[in-house]
This record gives sequence, structure tokens and C-alpha cells, in this order.
Amino acid sequence: MAETIRVIGDTLPGADLNAPLLEVDDLRVEFQVRGKRVPAVRGASFTLERGRTLAVVGESGSGKSVTSQAVMGILDTPPGHITGGAVRLHGVDLLDKDEETRRTIRGNHIAIVFQDALSALNPLWSVGFQIGELFRVHRGTGRKEARRRAVELLDLVGIPDAANRVGDYPHQFSGGMRQRVMIAMALALDPEVLIADEPTTALDVTVQAQIMRLLKRIQAERNMGLILITHDLGVVADVADDVAVMYAGEVVERAGIREVFKRPAHPYTKALLRAIPRVDAVGRELEVIGGLPPNPASLPSGCPFHPRCFAAEDKCAAEVPPWLEPAENHGSRCHFAQEVYTDER
Amino acid sequence: MSELTAPVPAAERQASLWSDALRTMIRRPDVIIAGLVLLLVFTMAAFPGLFTDKDPTVCRGREAKLRPDTWFTGDHPLGTDAFGCDFAATLVHGTRPTIVLALTVIIVSVAVGLVLGIYAGYYGGWLDTLISRALDVFIVIPMLMGAILILSLFRGRVSADTLFETIAAPALALSLFGWMEFCRYTRAATLETKNLDYVVAAKCLGASDRRIMFKHILPNAIVPVTAVVPTTIGGIIVTEAALAVLGIGVQPPATSWGVLLSKGTEWAGGGYVYLFAWPLGLLVLTVFAFATFGDALRDALDPKLR
Repeated sequence: MAETIRVIGDTLPGADLNAPLLEVDDLRVEFQVRGKRVPAVRGASFTLERGRTLAVVGESGSGKSVTSQAVMGILDTPPGHITGGAVRLHGVDLLDKDEETRRTIRGNHIAIVFQDALSALNPLWSVGFQIGELFRVHRGTGRKEARRRAVELLDLVGIPDAANRVGDYPHQFSGGMRQRVMIAMALALDPEVLIADEPTTALDVTVQAQIMRLLKRIQAERNMGLILITHDLGVVADVADDVAVMYAGEVVERAGIREVFKRPAHPYTKALLRAIPRVDAVGRELEVIGGLPPNPASLPSGCPFHPRCFAAEDKCAAEVPPWLEPAENHGSRCHFAQEVYTDER
Repeated sequence: MSELTAPVPAAERQASLWSDALRTMIRRPDVIIAGLVLLLVFTMAAFPGLFTDKDPTVCRGREAKLRPDTWFTGDHPLGTDAFGCDFAATLVHGTRPTIVLALTVIIVSVAVGLVLGIYAGYYGGWLDTLISRALDVFIVIPMLMGAILILSLFRGRVSADTLFETIAAPALALSLFGWMEFCRYTRAATLETKNLDYVVAAKCLGASDRRIMFKHILPNAIVPVTAVVPTTIGGIIVTEAALAVLGIGVQPPATSWGVLLSKGTEWAGGGYVYLFAWPLGLLVLTVFAFATFGDALRDALDPKLR
């Protein structure tokens, strides 16, 4: 297959290949709601390297989807506003780029897979057309060639009999197959970063595993950076390399996946892990985190997690906790990170 | 390995929305009749020579006002008019301006309405405000009134040598007051569609605004718009006739059904009813046909009514 070699600098001027692939640095997003500014993301930071998988974990409303929207540049403005921070791709800050540049970056450098593939595929066009469209628009490929490439991609994501199914419409595919089509579309332009926003939530468990394996395989083959956004720690456990746990719009803990599972350094993560049902705990009551996630319009003072925290002290309600690193590459936003890490709390 | 692959089902084409709609429609006898009427009218407009071999501009004074006593036979199957022109030829040749005018108006209205509607709905903000308020202004003026207003400005100042010149002024006036409904439908469909996941997904894959609007949003607006098109064509034909009766539509010597009606009214009271009845009959029949067709199309395209 004759493949034109794409030079990063063509579509991303000023790219420095030695810089991290994707770096989100203290990203802040606010929403204007009835005249009030409500912070949705309050300083999210993480780094994604080539060939790595980062899981962004958090409850509904923790700001993980808004973060991905801000990274993609598809935040609804208004009401959403990026009020600070930077999103750097190969060292180039995307936030100060104009809309036209950002448009070429979308699809070419960063692509996204949505949660609900049925609504994310246009019901009026065949899947072959929708995938081929990308080649025709971005690469100027002819109609026939685009169709051939679409078949190749469908084959790659494991759709049986791709050559015959390329003319089918989204409603003719099952849920898992649709998600594969979505992934094929996202991969079409060979992006370096793939964001998967809860890619398996709408699927049943066996299909979830298939899709996760597919994402993992493709990520390894293409040496992409993969961001998995999810609220399900179990789903990411054997796929992700790193985890960023988000709570109330900020990253509260960031570390390698094994580290987080073995020795969490933030009470929230610890409580989450305790809440996972265990096969060997039959008969015992399931542990839960009491209370509700805070309303971003009126966050608790100090540490936003303190009203629900098992380790909270007076200090927690008064002071915003600093970013502590109880171990190398293991950070936590908690006054007692060290104690939680060493299991003293 | 044993053969476990499922047999490939015979290529069973999924019925598309349009073929489904067509199938629903041709089951209704009224639609078939309406279709035949429209076919006749369109054939008349396209090939007037098939229906008459006379030239409507050759008029002999001594043959004026011959009644069609011989019923579809003889030299003048529908008689002659006050100037001795063959009335069948006049009627047949008057079809083309009527139909061309109606089609021009509908094409311009739909095009303008779609584009304005989709831009208003997609971009919102001040553009939406501007277009929506303009729409409000135009929509409170009835089409006929507005057209009268515009056409009285042109009165007597346009030549009518070619078909284009004949219909240009009325087409402009009618289009000016005909786009609003399509604009509203399109704007509503755009607002409904633009935040759907697949539009956001297309955006995420780097599709340009224009591509999103015309490839992903517009197809959603086409269905409600299509359903009102035939009915609107009927309305345009009636309005054209009304303008002609008032003497400001298509200008004589060019003919349209409206012009014939207008001239026919002068003689209808004096016993020459056919000069009035034929164009009226044809007009009413056509408008009914369009209305029936539009009604059936709307029913067929609306999945809630199936």
C-alpha cells in the first residue's frame, strides 16, 4: 500500500517531537450558568506519551468529559469558557490556535470515540460513505480509493465480511459493531492521540471486553497515545498504563495503574477501590462512599472531598490541599497523601 | 476447521424512506389521478405541439368568438376568443409560462429558505436574530399583498418578449414572499440536529462548518420541506392567477392561465362561458392535483402516521 508519509509540521507548525505527545497543564473551564460562573474543570493536569494509555476516571460531573471536549476544541462556547491552562500537542499550545488550525488538528492528530455509537453515526449515510468522507475531504482521495480504504479500516477493527458491509447503514449494525465502526472512523486519518469517551458504557459486558482489547491492540500497533475516559475502574484495569482520578473538576491522584490499585494515595481513590464488590466478601455489606458529589456551583471550602472523606480533619475544611508526591510519579491532592499512601489512614 | 460461517443472506435491499413513501403513495387512487393530471399538465408545458397544431398568435378577426359547437372536432376544437385566436392553442401555450413561473418560484424559495434557515440555525447569535426577524417581517405580509406591492412598481416597465422577461417580475415578487416557510422548517430541523452526537462526531473528525451543514444537517431538513413543496406550488399558481386578474402578473400579449382567466371574465357574462371555464377548470384541477399530491406525500413521509 502506497502510504504518503505525513510530516507532523505540515499540519502542526512548530511541533517539537521531543516534547510530550499531549500535555494538559492546569486546564480550567468555567460554565456561565444564569449569570454565575461555575467551574467545571479546576486545574486538570496530565501528560500522555506515545504508546501509553491514560485512564481518566471520575464520577459523573467530575469534569472528565469537559476536559476531553476542551482538548478536542469542541466545547460549547458559550456557555463554556476555557479560563486558563494549556493543552500542548508536541509542545504546541492548541488553545491559542484559530478555529481553522484546530479543525485540521481534529481527526489528523487527535480523534475521539464517543460513548453511544448509534447517535454518533449519521443515520442517513452508509458507514462506508462516512469513513470514506474523511479520506476524500482531508486527503483528496477519489471515491473508489476512499471506499477501498474504508473496507480496509472496517476489516482492521474486526468487522466480518467488511467488503459487503461497507454499504450498510448504522442501524443495520449491532451495538458492538457500531462501536467498531466509530473506532474505524476515528482511526481513519491515523491520529497520534485517540480519546475514547466511555467507549464501552453502552455495551454489554462481553462486548466491552472485546472493544477494550481492540483499542489496546490498535494502540499498540500504531504506537498511539490513548486516553480512556471512564467511570469504571474495572474496565481500565488491564488496559491502562496510567490513571488520573478526577473529583470535582480536578485531578486528585495520578500514578501508574498498578500503583493506584495497590497503594492509593488519595482517600477518594481508596474509598472507590473499597467499593468494588469482591467475590470473597460474600455476606458482608458493600462499602459505599457516603454523600453525593458536590455541586460545582457551591463547592465545599478547602478540599472539596472533605465532607465525604474518612480521613478528614479540621484542616481539610480550611485549607486547599497541595499536590504531594508520596512516591515517584505518584501524586495526590491530599493533606495526608503520605499517610494514606502508607496505609496509616 | 468446520464451516461455521453463517450463510450470506441474499442481498435484501433495505427499503429507503423515499421508496417506502412512493410505495405508500401509489396505493392511493387519488394520488394516481392527481399524478395523471400533473403528467398531462407538465406534458402540455413541455410539448405544446402534441396537443395543438395551431399557432396561438395567428388570429383572424372574422373568426372571432366562434363557439366550440363541434366539440373537439373541426378547425377550432375549443372555439376562438374575442380576437379570433384559436382558444385550444392559446390555452395549451399558456401552460408553459404558468408552470415555469411556479417552478422558478418554488426553486428560488426553497433554495433561499434552506440556505438562510440552515445558517440561522447553525450559527445562531446575531445572524439567527437577523434572519428570524426578517422572516417575521415577511411572514406578516400575505404573499398576494406583497406581490401586488412589488409588482405595481414594475407595472408597464417590463417588456415581455421572451419567456424569461414574461415571468421575471412576477417570479421575483412571489419568491420574495415565498421563502419563509422553508426557512422556518430548515431552521427548526437544524436546531434539532446540530447538537446530535453525529454532528459533534463529524466536527471532531475535522469536518468544516459548511460540510457539516450541507452533508450532515441538511438531509434532515429535506423531508419536512419536501412535504410542503407540492402544496406550495398549487398556492403559487393561484396567486399568479390572482395577480393576472388584477392586471399586474404576467403581462399580455404573453399568456398564462391567469391572463386567460382575466380575459375570459370579460366575456363570460355574454354567453362565452367557455373562455372562462376552460382556464378555470384547468387551474382548479392542477391546484387540486398538487394539493392531493402534497397531502399524500406528507402522510407518506411522516413515520408517525404510518
